[in-house]
Amino acid sequence: MSELYDVIIVGGGPAGLTAALSAQQNGAKKILVLERDREPGGILQQCVHNGFGLHHFKEELTGPGYAQRCYDLVKDLPEVEILVDTMVLEVRKDKTVRAVSPTRGVMELHGKSVVLTMGCRERTRGAIRIPGTRPAGVYTAGAAQRMVNMEGYIPGRKIVILGSGDIGLIMARRMSLEGCKVQAVLEICPFSNGLTRNIVQCLNDYDIPLHLSHTIVAIHGKDRVTGVTVAKVDEKSRPIPGTEFEIDCDTVLLSVGLIPENELSRGLGLQMHPLTSGPIVDQRRETSEPGIFAAGNVVHVHDLVDFVSDEAEIAGKFAAKAALGAGGGAARDLAVTTGENIRTCVPQHLRLGAETESVRLFMRVTQPLRGKLKLKVESGGEEVFSKPLMIAKPSEMIAVDLPEAKVGALTSDLTVSLTEGN
Amino acid sequence: MATETKVLNCINCPLSCELTATVEDGVVTNVTGNFCPRGAQYAKEELTAPTRMLTSTVRVKGGRLPLIPVVSAKKLPKGRVVECAEALRSVSVAAPVHVGDVVAANILGLGVDIVASRDMEAV
Repeated sequence: MSELYDVIIVGGGPAGLTAALSAQQNGAKKILVLERDREPGGILQQCVHNGFGLHHFKEELTGPGYAQRCYDLVKDLPEVEILVDTMVLEVRKDKTVRAVSPTRGVMELHGKSVVLTMGCRERTRGAIRIPGTRPAGVYTAGAAQRMVNMEGYIPGRKIVILGSGDIGLIMARRMSLEGCKVQAVLEICPFSNGLTRNIVQCLNDYDIPLHLSHTIVAIHGKDRVTGVTVAKVDEKSRPIPGTEFEIDCDTVLLSVGLIPENELSRGLGLQMHPLTSGPIVDQRRETSEPGIFAAGNVVHVHDLVDFVSDEAEIAGKFAAKAALGAGGGAARDLAVTTGENIRTCVPQHLRLGAETESVRLFMRVTQPLRGKLKLKVESGGEEVFSKPLMIAKPSEMIAVDLPEAKVGALTSDLTVSLTEGN
Repeated sequence: MATETKVLNCINCPLSCELTATVEDGVVTNVTGNFCPRGAQYAKEELTAPTRMLTSTVRVKGGRLPLIPVVSAKKLPKGRVVECAEALRSVSVAAPVHVGDVVAANILGLGVDIVASRDMEAV
């Protein structure tokens, strides 16, 4: 295991597997994917619901179905090696990767380039500081999803879900289908953070009430959860005294946000973005460290795996090019900054050389907007691109493609904004 | 003639288009707000005979994992989805299983097969 790899990929979920395929298609000869779970596929293996793949594979797949597609595309490629049960401990700037597995012990691997595709993890009770006792029966929605869909256990029978992100909504339906009673879904924001389709098919279909602008102010129970106290919150998300009510339950599921899993990135000293919590990347998904690329939920939390795959294709391609010595040559480094109503935009900058390609920008808005909206990209005070939109929600990432000709002509920093009216 | 307007969200894809349907005497005569033809089709079905896909898991014997995820090969009548999920709780299959293998044929006589949504090797 002391050979030199062209590309080492940290994480074997949809991003890692797609990056491996893309690296192979772009000429890399030795590609290694390191996955810490018992099999490749990442979190998709427990997302048994459908709705994946409409963009990327042009057909509707379940999560495991999407993972299977990604895996099937690389499993027989002689250039791609996948190690499971392998935990990466450290990535160094010289592209040495230290990893450990029960069968191989500690390994020191060397790559010409590295792609970081570690994904994200869930925020927990500690992250949102819910007061009350510490009984059994409080789970993150994803932990419960793994229990129900992969291990064969039901975490409880009478359930309250905090947070209306997609995982929370999907779990509301999943628990209902397994014969559990979902008492309510609570959301601290005045709007849901999940896709509207999931409100319809996961809550409305099962008559599960959604309480917007509400949160849990106490969890009760000594050994096991017996109930929660819920209160309405004001516009600053502070509980309003006098609005409390009790809900009886034996289980609380938390769907309160995801955090890109960037311990390795921070260990590497990569420049991080405070709002995405991921590494700052250019349009090739190269981080602040040359030859180290990143893609998928580790860069910014996506709502569609299809976009994760798109991003991983880019990272895999340029990681292969860098490994083969064909990258670089960036003459202009232009920042992409966020203007009105835009919270985040990835990539955060463009490094442009003689060769340019169209660039896809992924954005999230700060608040829900509807009506006549205009997404605008400005460079040096001039509008270079715009797109009309009817609806924008923080939960739904906006993707726009800057055409190659426009990208080639850019000479100064960009600002993206979403304005109402014309 | 009774004409009413119904507002609903399409569930076919993550865009979740907001649809406005005109219903005349129980027949959907016009749909607006859809970005693609599937939205119009959805509104017509949803307001007359709603359907849903079902995804769940069934037990697998001799497999690498205790459960295998499954999906209905086609949409099921919305009102029968929970019953189908209940029926799947007593189903178990033997590994190996391949993606697309039928794990419950013609569930509840509805003319829809439930199929595996991934491979499961035997151990």
